[in-house]
Amino acid sequence: MRQYSYAVVLSTVVLLCCGALLLNQNVSAAGEGKITGTVKLDGAAPHMKGIDMSKDPYCSKAHASDPGHLETYVVGASGGLANVVLYLDGYSGNPVASTAVPVFDQKNCMYVPHVLALDTTQTFKVVTSDQTAHNIHPLPNPMVNVGWNQSQPPGAPPVEKSWKNPEMIPVQCNIHPWMHGWFVVVKGPYATTDDSGNYTINNVAPGSYTVTAWQEAAGTQTQKVTVAAGGAASANFTFKAK
Amino acid sequence: MQRNLLRNWSLFLGAAVLTLPLTSWAQLTHFDIDSRMNAESHIGNITGHAKDAKGDYRRYCVVCHGELGDGNGESFPWVDPKPRNFQLGVFKCRSTPTGTLPTDEDLFDTIARGLDRSNMPQWSTFTKQQRADLVAWVKHFSPRWTNEKPGAPITIPPEPEVTPERIKAGREVYARVQCWKCHGVLGQADGPSAATLTDDLGRPIAPYNFHEGARPKCGDTDKDIYRIFMTGLDGTPMPSFADNIKPDEAWDLVFYLRTLMSQKSKEKAMARQLGLKPVDPNAPAGQQ
Repeated sequence: MRQYSYAVVLSTVVLLCCGALLLNQNVSAAGEGKITGTVKLDGAAPHMKGIDMSKDPYCSKAHASDPGHLETYVVGASGGLANVVLYLDGYSGNPVASTAVPVFDQKNCMYVPHVLALDTTQTFKVVTSDQTAHNIHPLPNPMVNVGWNQSQPPGAPPVEKSWKNPEMIPVQCNIHPWMHGWFVVVKGPYATTDDSGNYTINNVAPGSYTVTAWQEAAGTQTQKVTVAAGGAASANFTFKAK
Repeated sequence: MQRNLLRNWSLFLGAAVLTLPLTSWAQLTHFDIDSRMNAESHIGNITGHAKDAKGDYRRYCVVCHGELGDGNGESFPWVDPKPRNFQLGVFKCRSTPTGTLPTDEDLFDTIARGLDRSNMPQWSTFTKQQRADLVAWVKHFSPRWTNEKPGAPITIPPEPEVTPERIKAGREVYARVQCWKCHGVLGQADGPSAATLTDDLGRPIAPYNFHEGARPKCGDTDKDIYRIFMTGLDGTPMPSFADNIKPDEAWDLVFYLRTLMSQKSKEKAMARQLGLKPVDPNAPAGQQ
């Protein structure tokens, strides 16, 4: 009997070690490829309305030399479109979320970044850099994810949260009604375009995928790509402003 | 055999209906809702059964909250604030943290208390059993109660003695966490952000006016007021301050809020004696 239980313990340990090794290999990306590309906006950048922050002197002072404006379309010099999230449609592999905890900052009465992409169950942090009170109020579909609403006065500790299910979740501050951003929750590897519209999705296991590009106002586009072991596939997108 | 086949079909259909809401704000159907007809509530030693509340719901509640519990009853166009959509499982008056389901007692109390400044009257004429059954009925509308447990009620320390120092400390909290942004420096619901507030569905909503003499929405005991700002009113712009107000400070704030209310209270008398002025939004931090 005793011998039997030793055997069980031993085999469990061996199994765990093998599992850890395998997992480790996955993370160290043996043979994993990537998908890169550029997202552009067709035609002239739409005019982004200015924001009247006069109701909160702290906010208007922070924007005295750089007036705030809406961030529905953020277009770079050569037409590159920022804040587009790229992810793999129908991804069924393991979660790839690194241990990094992305930060969503309330800075000068705006959200930085305006769009925060996350893997499901990935922890993120909401912080405030402002000397005025905010309330951080995501508005998911209550049937998909559970929403909440927390105050963040000056010097407030960070709020740490995660989302269970994939969803594009708008987030707002009720105190400053112009503050509007997004938590884009997807399953698997993802990337967000930078100010020039460039992106790289890392840690993609070899295979065929449908890359989806999501922009908050222009909608979604998809492209099929094949990633070779250790290779880089490319997918460029062009959106039209709506 | 045929009956078995039928049952399998209905299981399959049930699964299909349950996955629907994951892709859109799809309305739940009778089919899905009825599958939870065995929902229960537990209040003290009373057990409520959803199926026993069907008659009461149809007679007293359906006109506002609707056949499917979606808040879309016949009276929907004529009432404001709008009737609660029970399918979403989001409730204002809770003893539990923001983003969690309320306890059965929370719903039980809300039914008896009613919601001031809305069309929800006090249903204190119901027996406790009837109310418990209605709580179970309310729960059966939302799949959230199948998938989640209610939050753990927040801990409220015993209420301390009111002192002038505590009232002054409460005034500091009111200034620090900036309650006045919406509720105004005198609690008259005229803060700089008051006019633009909207609820979770984008409908205009007004902050509570302490001055007006109306009963606070989730009860008017000191404990009820404590609970409001430490749990938040989910579905509205009112956030939870649990991370930013310590339990002891929370009592100070309750005492200060009493001084803003029009009703007579010992807090109000103390504030008058202190010659307490409204908070100054422009004062530097900690120098009210």
